[in-house]
Amino acid sequence: MLTLPLDAWHRARGGRMVEFAGYWMPVQYEGIIAEHLWTRTSAGLFDVSHMGQLFISGEGVEAALEAVLPIDLSTLKPYGPRYSLLLDENGGVLDDLMVTRWNSGFYLVVNGATKWDDIGHLRENLPDEVTINHLDDSALLALQGPKAFVALERVVTGEYPLSALTFMKGGQFKIDGVDAWISRSGYTGEDGFEISIPAADAERVADLICAQPEVKPIGLGARDSLRLEAGLPLYGHDLSPETSPVEAGLLFGINKRRRTEGGFPGAERILREIAEGTARKWVGLVLEGRQAAREGATVHLGTQQVGIVTSGGFSPSCEQPIAMAYVASAQAAPGTKLEIEVRGKRLAAEVVSTPFVPHRYFRGA
Amino acid sequence: MTRYFTQDHEWIDVDGTSGVVGITDYAQSQLGDITYVDLPAAGTAVKKGDAPCVVDSVKAASDVYSPVSGTITAANDALGDAPETVNTDPEEGGWLFRIDLSDVSELGGLMDQAAYDAYVAEL
Repeated sequence: MLTLPLDAWHRARGGRMVEFAGYWMPVQYEGIIAEHLWTRTSAGLFDVSHMGQLFISGEGVEAALEAVLPIDLSTLKPYGPRYSLLLDENGGVLDDLMVTRWNSGFYLVVNGATKWDDIGHLRENLPDEVTINHLDDSALLALQGPKAFVALERVVTGEYPLSALTFMKGGQFKIDGVDAWISRSGYTGEDGFEISIPAADAERVADLICAQPEVKPIGLGARDSLRLEAGLPLYGHDLSPETSPVEAGLLFGINKRRRTEGGFPGAERILREIAEGTARKWVGLVLEGRQAAREGATVHLGTQQVGIVTSGGFSPSCEQPIAMAYVASAQAAPGTKLEIEVRGKRLAAEVVSTPFVPHRYFRGA
Repeated sequence: MTRYFTQDHEWIDVDGTSGVVGITDYAQSQLGDITYVDLPAAGTAVKKGDAPCVVDSVKAASDVYSPVSGTITAANDALGDAPETVNTDPEEGGWLFRIDLSDVSELGGLMDQAAYDAYVAEL
């Protein structure tokens, strides 16, 4: 088991530490519901240093990355992260990730649980001239919520103001003299920022951000309930080598030029699915009553099983249970009434459009 | 009335052959915010160690095991609208079900308050 750069910091703040992605991580401090609602109304600081930060550079890096990702780098401007997918030769999802163009290469943020496999996969599939640098001496923090901007603006300096960043834009700043790569992005559906800093300075930066009255530290539990309400997939649960990005509705991760040109792993299947549709789709469900359906619960229409839940739980913001599930495309339209089996009982559920809670990204004043 | 505890963090108050079952303060603190309690129906026969009740928290669903064998006589229906009572008052108002014990000798295998406190201190 590994420890995060902020391990002692979490423990000192009452974080309850659990095993996740090979690390001891805080699942909660004061309680998941309170932390969840605090993030939706103020600002929460998340330690996501378990995620893999990679820097990919070298001769021909652009073409080499396009050969492993369905991304169009010709339209990727500097410093703005873009969502992409690491696919296997069958179009199954190996990971989802963010790609940012820096001056001399590309900065990738990949999932913590998959980072070692991702590095292996990239080593195998990128040419020798392309170098993979694992930035494992960097910490990664996410500050999320409607007051994230006012709290962070107070502590950053830079060549241009923090307000120059809109959703999915990034830049180099300083926080109390510490070099910080900051992008206006995150995984809660709220406005917010992701902040990459040297691990050695992580405690000082986290202390400073949490000293702002709008900010509290938030654990993994609320991170999961927030991303579920935002309708965002979690790798290893909603996405896996058994799922294709087309059935998951992640077409925005397959850039337009690549949908016609192909030339990425699994392109044959994915282009076919885009043209012909998929047998199942990833949809949102709201349940009647208060009992939650969780990953693995089966979805039914009458006597027929038509799907399976991949993420589910009680939504603190909606105050009812919600779930994401793959269901047969014929039953995927919003308004469709289905049932979910939980501990031998059938719970009434209805397909709804996602997100469950509207996204509040800052796209400009 | 005597209170006994299980290693799975249930408590039972026993008066003659009638018992009231709930989860301990330690259990609720470990589960976190409780959002739903699936209560057993009166008349259900249970054996010691069966799970007639499920407590749902934001994180996960957890079984509640019956500390004794017997027949369920009532459930705490007030938890339907206020499951968070199990967090705020786990060892009184947050009780889960009443049970008519079929074999009081099973109580011999349970802990008293002092033994339970020592058990939790070791965790």
